[in-house]
Amino acid sequence: MPIIEVKNLTKKFGDFTAVKDVSFSVEKGNIFAFLGPNGAGKSTTIKMLTTLLTPTSGELFIDGNDVQENPNEVRHSFGIVFQDPSLDDELTAYENMEIHAILYGVKKKIRIERIKQLLEFVDLWDRKKSLVKEFSGGMKRRLEIARGLLHHPKVLFLDEPTLGLDPQTRNHMWEYLRKLNETEGITVFFTTHYMEEAERIANHIAVIDHGSIVASGTLEELKTKTGTKSLEEAFLKLTGRDIREEEVSKTDVMRARHNAWTRK
Amino acid sequence: MQIIYILWLRQLKRYLRSKPRIIGSLAQPLFFLLALGAGFGPVFSKAGQGNYIEFLVPGIISMTLIFTSIFSGMEIIWDKQFGFLKETLVAPVSRFNIMIGRTLGGATLATLQCTLVLFLSLIAGFRPVSWGLVPIAILVMFLSSLLFTALGTAIASKLDDMQGFQMIMNFLVMPLFFLSGAIFPLDRTTILGTIASFDPLSYTVDALRHLLTNVHFFTLGRDISVLVILTMVCLVVGSYFFSKVQI
Repeated sequence: MPIIEVKNLTKKFGDFTAVKDVSFSVEKGNIFAFLGPNGAGKSTTIKMLTTLLTPTSGELFIDGNDVQENPNEVRHSFGIVFQDPSLDDELTAYENMEIHAILYGVKKKIRIERIKQLLEFVDLWDRKKSLVKEFSGGMKRRLEIARGLLHHPKVLFLDEPTLGLDPQTRNHMWEYLRKLNETEGITVFFTTHYMEEAERIANHIAVIDHGSIVASGTLEELKTKTGTKSLEEAFLKLTGRDIREEEVSKTDVMRARHNAWTRK
Repeated sequence: MQIIYILWLRQLKRYLRSKPRIIGSLAQPLFFLLALGAGFGPVFSKAGQGNYIEFLVPGIISMTLIFTSIFSGMEIIWDKQFGFLKETLVAPVSRFNIMIGRTLGGATLATLQCTLVLFLSLIAGFRPVSWGLVPIAILVMFLSSLLFTALGTAIASKLDDMQGFQMIMNFLVMPLFFLSGAIFPLDRTTILGTIASFDPLSYTVDALRHLLTNVHFFTLGRDISVLVILTMVCLVVGSYFFSKVQI
């Protein structure tokens, strides 16, 4: 049985249809890349999968649980690293982990053990008492990944996790994730704009454009289907070369302001 | 319970760690107190109303209270996209508990802030009429802070950008403050006196003035009843709107 199942998912914002009758599934233990140009519906789909947004119609299942009917069951079974930061900057790395564990009902004994293990895993154990605001972008992402894994989720969602990170940090991060996928069997579902990343890491790829899935399969399948040599070419062939004129949303305006204030 | 506690504790830790924030937020009420106190004091006493500083302190405390509370409620607009709030929204916790934890945290901070202003006003020469009533005054501050934090939460749950925030500040918070009798005495014979009785902050100002200086416009019983009822309403409405928040 697939661990993620999406059936005829549609999301409308007023007249605008962000996601149009989308269906796909992700097998357990896969590393699944969800690709698409700006405004294609990637983040909207992730938000619906992670209970942050209610679909207009359609069904979603994670690990056999209906996302809309049993949101709390579903919330236990996934971890997420958002596109925008969601750490508490004024707290220490350790405190951020601790609050997460309490929110997810991880018992104290297990909590202490796991926090140590995970912070060591992402190389942040010696910085556990530092305030998060003193961290670099890469360290924050690592901490977010560690936090997302704290309650032992079956699926880890990552929405553009490598945006704004240097190649060293990016490599490091994917290594962690691959290791995790191999040893723990965690399903990884991620979006990215870096095609070579998806090419290297993912064993299953879906491309979404204008709210609909335009292709889905393994890397080889996509290349054969489009008659191209690389994922980048296949992607451009599937989605066209036009640059997307995405309308600036209120979130983008706030994001710009946020970045202006926090960039170091 | 543990969820509410940890979210409350989080806000308290953040507050106590940020010394510049504490000092910065005390400066405004202090300046208001000194500038208005020194400026209007002589006029006030000439009009036969007595000591203006004594009159003004409960008003300035109420000002601190409404600004701090509404602001901490409205932080949600920002927090749900770029902050820790999103982390709580995907957690297997009821939205009601998140809202209550947040609101209690915000109200505690506002109360702390107001208590600090009260103690600072001692420097300006203010003396409460009875020290025994000060703890009750602090309880009234907490109750009102709950009211306005919940109100801020309710409004913020319905807004999705910061422009809306400015609107609320200018068209809701400012009028509530100016019409409350915080900086001038209310008069039943004027239209302002009537309008003030529809302003929730008037009851905070009145209760604090009653408890701290033994001067009042309404009765303490009425003040407290109005505040309790409005707090309940705001908590219910606020948690309902918050439970519907989508990102």
